[in-house]
Amino acid sequence: MADTVRLTVNGKAVAVPAGTTIAAAVLRSGVAAFRRSVRGQPRGPLCGMGICFECRLTVNGEAHVRSCQGLVAEGIEVRTDV
Amino acid sequence: MSEIAYDVLVVGAGPAGIAAGAAAAESGARVCVLDDNPAPGGQIWRGAVTKDAAPWIERLRLSGAHRMQQTCVIDRPRDGRLLVDSNGRPAVIAYNKLILATGARERFLPFPGWTLPNVMGAGGLQAMVKGGLPVEDKRVVVAGSGPLLLAVAAYLRQRGAQVLMIAEQASWANVRRFALSLIHQPAKLLDAARLKLALLGVTHHYHCHPRAAEGDGKLERVLLDARGKEIRVECDYLACGFGLVPNLELPWLLGCEIRRGFVAVNEWQETSVRDVWCAGEPVGIGGLALALASGEIAGLAAAGRRQRARQFFSARDKALRFQVAMEEAFALRNELKTIATPETIVCRCEDVTLDRITRHASWRAAKLATRCGMGPCQGRVCGPALEFLTGLQMDSVRAPIFPVPLGAFLTGEAEQS
Repeated sequence: MADTVRLTVNGKAVAVPAGTTIAAAVLRSGVAAFRRSVRGQPRGPLCGMGICFECRLTVNGEAHVRSCQGLVAEGIEVRTDV
Repeated sequence: MSEIAYDVLVVGAGPAGIAAGAAAAESGARVCVLDDNPAPGGQIWRGAVTKDAAPWIERLRLSGAHRMQQTCVIDRPRDGRLLVDSNGRPAVIAYNKLILATGARERFLPFPGWTLPNVMGAGGLQAMVKGGLPVEDKRVVVAGSGPLLLAVAAYLRQRGAQVLMIAEQASWANVRRFALSLIHQPAKLLDAARLKLALLGVTHHYHCHPRAAEGDGKLERVLLDARGKEIRVECDYLACGFGLVPNLELPWLLGCEIRRGFVAVNEWQETSVRDVWCAGEPVGIGGLALALASGEIAGLAAAGRRQRARQFFSARDKALRFQVAMEEAFALRNELKTIATPETIVCRCEDVTLDRITRHASWRAAKLATRCGMGPCQGRVCGPALEFLTGLQMDSVRAPIFPVPLGAFLTGEAEQS
């Protein structure tokens, strides 16, 4: 298994250690706002355990993925919803 | 849609679910343990094979129990069946006995600015770091209430963070009384001493809570209230949680009796619903000791080996007494009911402010009028907050208890027909 996994966050290439969660990979890339709330506020991860849904993102075209509960995989394309 | 059948189905692979699943499988039952997270261990053992966790995870593996990660329960289509979403694919799992080990989550309290990115739960930030977020040289304020704050602060510091302050809302007198009560529990006293040592030099305030978080697009500073005095701290992260609350959505859905905020169980961890057991935090916030002991009891009892289960009674009852002492020491001060202003967003999913909710006499009325609690988290965050702030109580849940893309289920149906 490769030690480093490459992905893109809003088109930007990012390399992170294997086993990193998607949410941590996005934060590592320097992005704090993962989505906009219904009234347009920026939001990022809160609970870290899959219950608050604030960290949801689009992964490989699939919307509303809870990024704290998913691990990075080689080549995934992650888009924030801001 | 696939359907699989087990003697014992365990929901949750934290310490309670691991103990229950292993105990039942070792007793000869055909067992499945399902869990929402990428790996077993629950929140306390998340993402790290620690000395504590490794033997338990190994025991579960050797027990022969079938394990399903990244799987969450959506609904109960009928008695003895749960509908789950397993990594985006629907499945129905049939069981004879069900053990609920759904764990707990942090209680969040809303205050101005708590919705800013980089304001997270205390356990929330710890989970992010365990998931690979580097915090070296990051300035962190840890606030809220309970022993978790110390554990999180020590962990973050060990990972290189600058923990600028720990702000505990409880008074020093209460916390000291609690610490002294540990004298009868040497293991806990030793844990406390280790934490204290790991946190040497970190400013520790009691009777102190956040008033506001500020920043342009993300957190830049926290304003705290320390006995009426304002403290202002520039920081990168605020890790803030006010104790733990049990995850009761599935017990509610199944109709289990809830007493004083926890699932009511008998001495065998059996709930009011036939063939449904419960272990761990949903029966009492008693930490690891309660989770493991109640899990063993539930697993053995569900597998028909009640006599063997008795050996874990004393450990469980001791952990329950510890819970009572902890609840008293870290009870939320009434003053915290004012940390949300009328304009503060309480329901983050639907952006509902406190003043819109307090116009209504019941949770149901507030929900119908404002959509509060109707977003994807389904009240998991705002429910416990509102209960403390206003006394309004969530009284029911509706399936699906986790939102799922409808498409996945339609595809599943199509495959079946």
